[in-house]
Amino acid sequence: MAVPTYATTGQRIWYYGFRVICGLIFFFLIAPILVIIPLSFNAEDFFTFTPEMLSFDPEGYSLKHYRDFFTNSDWQQALRNSVSIAPVATLLSVGFGTLAAIGLSSEHVPFRRAIMAILISPMIVPLIISAAGMYFFYSRVGLQGTYVGVVLAHAALGIPFVIITVTATLVGFDRSLTRAAASMGADPVRTFFKVQMPLILPGVISGALFAFITSFDEVVVVLFVGSAGQKTLPWQMFIGLREQISPTILAVATLLVVISIALLASVEMLRRRSERLRGMSPG
Amino acid sequence: MSDVPAATPQDETDAAGRLVAADGTPLKRSLARALRRQKLRALLLIAPLLLFILLTFIAPIADMLFRSVENDIVSRTLPETVETLGEWDYSSGELPDDAAYLALYRDLSVATEYKTHTRLGSRLNYETSGISSLFRKTGRGVEDMGELYQDQFEDLDAAWKEPETWARMMASEEWLAAEDRAATPLELRDGIAGALPNTARAYEQFAEFTQNEDGDDPAEEDPWAYVYAMLWLDLTGPVQMDAYQGPDAALLEAAAEAAPGFESQTWRAGFADIDNDWEDVEVWGTIKAYSGEFTSGYFLNSVDLQLTPEGIEKQDENQRIYLKLFWRTIVMSLAITFSCILLGYPVAWLLANLPMRVSNVLMILVLLPFWTSLLVRTSAWKVLLQQQGVINDILVWIGLISDANRLVMINNVTGTIIAMTHILLPFMILPMYSVMQTIPPSYLRAAKSLGATNWVAFWRVYFPQSVPGIGAGSILVFILAIGYYITPELVGGTKGVFISNRIAYHISTSLNWGLAAALGTILLAAVLLLYWAYDKIVGIDNVKLG
Repeated sequence: MAVPTYATTGQRIWYYGFRVICGLIFFFLIAPILVIIPLSFNAEDFFTFTPEMLSFDPEGYSLKHYRDFFTNSDWQQALRNSVSIAPVATLLSVGFGTLAAIGLSSEHVPFRRAIMAILISPMIVPLIISAAGMYFFYSRVGLQGTYVGVVLAHAALGIPFVIITVTATLVGFDRSLTRAAASMGADPVRTFFKVQMPLILPGVISGALFAFITSFDEVVVVLFVGSAGQKTLPWQMFIGLREQISPTILAVATLLVVISIALLASVEMLRRRSERLRGMSPG
Repeated sequence: MSDVPAATPQDETDAAGRLVAADGTPLKRSLARALRRQKLRALLLIAPLLLFILLTFIAPIADMLFRSVENDIVSRTLPETVETLGEWDYSSGELPDDAAYLALYRDLSVATEYKTHTRLGSRLNYETSGISSLFRKTGRGVEDMGELYQDQFEDLDAAWKEPETWARMMASEEWLAAEDRAATPLELRDGIAGALPNTARAYEQFAEFTQNEDGDDPAEEDPWAYVYAMLWLDLTGPVQMDAYQGPDAALLEAAAEAAPGFESQTWRAGFADIDNDWEDVEVWGTIKAYSGEFTSGYFLNSVDLQLTPEGIEKQDENQRIYLKLFWRTIVMSLAITFSCILLGYPVAWLLANLPMRVSNVLMILVLLPFWTSLLVRTSAWKVLLQQQGVINDILVWIGLISDANRLVMINNVTGTIIAMTHILLPFMILPMYSVMQTIPPSYLRAAKSLGATNWVAFWRVYFPQSVPGIGAGSILVFILAIGYYITPELVGGTKGVFISNRIAYHISTSLNWGLAAALGTILLAAVLLLYWAYDKIVGIDNVKLG
C-alpha cells in the first residue's frame, strides 16, 4: 500500500491527503474520549483546560474529583448498586443463554428462526420502548422499583449478546468430539463439562463480558424500572449531566474508560484464543 | 448422533423387505424416534430461556401494545352513566335527560369516595381541556347535593342520624349478629332491595367502601349523604312499602309521607349549581366518545388527530406536535446516518486495505469508542461543545471567532447530530469493513490496467461491490438513531429531541401512559419494518460483535 515510486504528484497528493482525512476521522473517534482524561485532573471546577494546566504547572492538576467520587455518599451508593446489579444480571443471562445456544446449535430445531427472533428481540427493540413496556408491566406485577425487577430487566437485555457470541463459537464446533467422548463411556453431563465447555468457554466469557457491560452501562431501562434505591453509576451520571453538572463526572468517566479498555482487551484476547482453539486463523 | 443406529448394506431386512435396526424395529421408525428425541432435547435446552424472555421482555412489550388501546377507565369509573348515555345522541345537540344526570350523581358519589374521579378527569382532560378541573370541582360539590336531603331527613327524625338505624333497616339479622362485622361482607335484609332498590344499592356501596378501604364496621359509621339522597328518590317514587316488614317501619312510613314535601331540585340543576360546564353538551359528548372499553384515541393523538363527539378531527393548531416530531426524528436520523456513511467509508476502506498488523491496531481506535460507556461519550461531548468548552476555547485561541461570539453547539440540533454521529460511527464502520474485506484488490488493478482512471475504477468497480456494506451499516445506524433517548435528552435542548424523549416525558411527567404506549407502538412498528428489511439484505444470523 505504500505510494509507488512512479506515482505522479497528483497521486501523491491524493495518497497523503486521503491518509490525513482518515487520520482526522480517527481523531474525531478517539479524541473526545481521551480529552476527558486530563480534564478529570483539573484543580478547578471548570470543564476546560485552565492556563495552569496548559503550562503543565503541577498546581493546575489535582485528584480532588477522584477524592469526591470516593467519599461522596451518592456516588458510592451508585457504585455499590452497579456492582450488585450487573454481576447477578450477567449470571442469569449467561446461564440461560449458554444452554439455549447449545440447544439452538443442534441440527434439528423446530421453529429455529422464530425462536431466534424472540431471543434476539431485546437487542432489536429500542431501549426506550423496552423501558416503557417494562415500566408498565413490572408496575402491574409489583416489580417496578425493586432490585429484582432491575436485575431481570438487565438480564433480558444481555441475553442476545450471550446467544450471539456462544452460537458463533459453536458454529465451528466439531461434533465428532462429543461422539468420541460418548463412545469412550462419558455420560452427556461429563461430556459437556469435560469436552464441550472448555472449547466454547471463550465464547461464553466474551458473551458474559458483553452482558456485563450492557448492564453496567445501561441507563434508560434502570431509569424507568428502578427507583431511587437502585440508582446506578450511569443513572447518577445522567442526573449529574442533566441537573448539577459537576466535574466529578469526568473522574467517573475516566475510570469507566479504563474499565472499557480492560474489557475490550479481554474480549479481543478471547476471540483470538477461541479461533486458535477451533483451528481457524489466528486473526 | 451416537444413538442413531448405523445403516450398512449388510443390515437385516424384515419380511416386507424393509430395513430394520439392530433391535428389530424398522429402521425408518427407529430413525424418526432418534430425530424426535434430538428435537426434544434441543427444545428442552431452549425452553428455560424462552420462558424467561417471554416473561421479562415479551410480556412487557405486549402490555405496552395493550395499553395503547386500553380505555376501561371511563366505563369502570362511571358504569351507570356510560350505560344511560347509550341511547343519547350527541348530534341532536341537546343535553341528555335527567336520568343521565342521576346516573352521573350515583357514579360520582362513589368515585369521589374512592378518589378515582380525579384520575378519570385527567384521562378525559387529554381530549378536552378543562375536564380535569371540572371533575375535581364536582368531586368537592357532589356531597352537597346529597346533604340537601340528609339535613331534611335528620330534621324530620333524629333517628336518621344514627348509623344503627340504617344498619338495622338495611342488613340481615345474621349479618347484624356476626362476630366481626368489619370483615364480614354485608348481607341485605330480605325484601329491602325490592322496597328501596336505590337506597339498598347505595348502602351496599357504602358498606363495601367502609369495610375494604377503612376496615371499619359499617354499622358504626355515618352513611354517605348519597344514601340519604337515594332514600328520598325511593320514597318519592312508586313506593312498595308493603314489601318492607323490618324494624323501624314506622320511621320509614313517616319519612315516606314527608318526602314528597321536601325541598328538592332536579339532578341536572344540582350539577349546574356546581359548575355550568355540566350544561355543556361537549362535556357529555367527550364522555360518550370515550366510553368504549378500547379506543383509537391514543393513536389518533399520536398523529395529531383527535376523536371528538362528531368524529375524527384535526388537533388544535398549537397541539399538533407529533407529526412534526416524527418527521424531525426521521430527518435527523437520516442526517446522522449520512454523516456516518461519509465518515465511515474512508476509514473502513483504509482498514480493509492496510496490512492486517496495522489495521488491527487502528481497529482499536474504532472499537474503544464502541466499548466505552454511552454516558462517558455523551459527557465528553457535553464538555467539548459547551460555550465555555474546549472547542470554543480553541477556536477563540486560533482567532477564528471572537470571545463574544462563541458558537452555540449544544442544546440544539447541531449538538445532537455531532454527538450521535460519533456514538454510532462504529456501527457503520464495522459492517462496511467486513464487506470491503471480501472485495479482492485485484479487481481494482484489473480495471486500471484496462485503462480506467482512478475515479472510474473506484466508482464503477469497487463502489458497487461495497454497497451491501453501506446498506447494512445504514439500516443499523438508522434503527439505532430513531430510538435514541439519552443523548438527545442531554445535548439536544428543546429543538434536538426525538420521539423517544416525548415517550419518556409522557411516562414520567405527564403520566399519559396510553399516549406514550401508542407513540411507542408506532416507533416499534417502524423499527421492526426496518429490521425485516435488514434481515432480507444482510440476515440477522450474520450479526457479529466485536
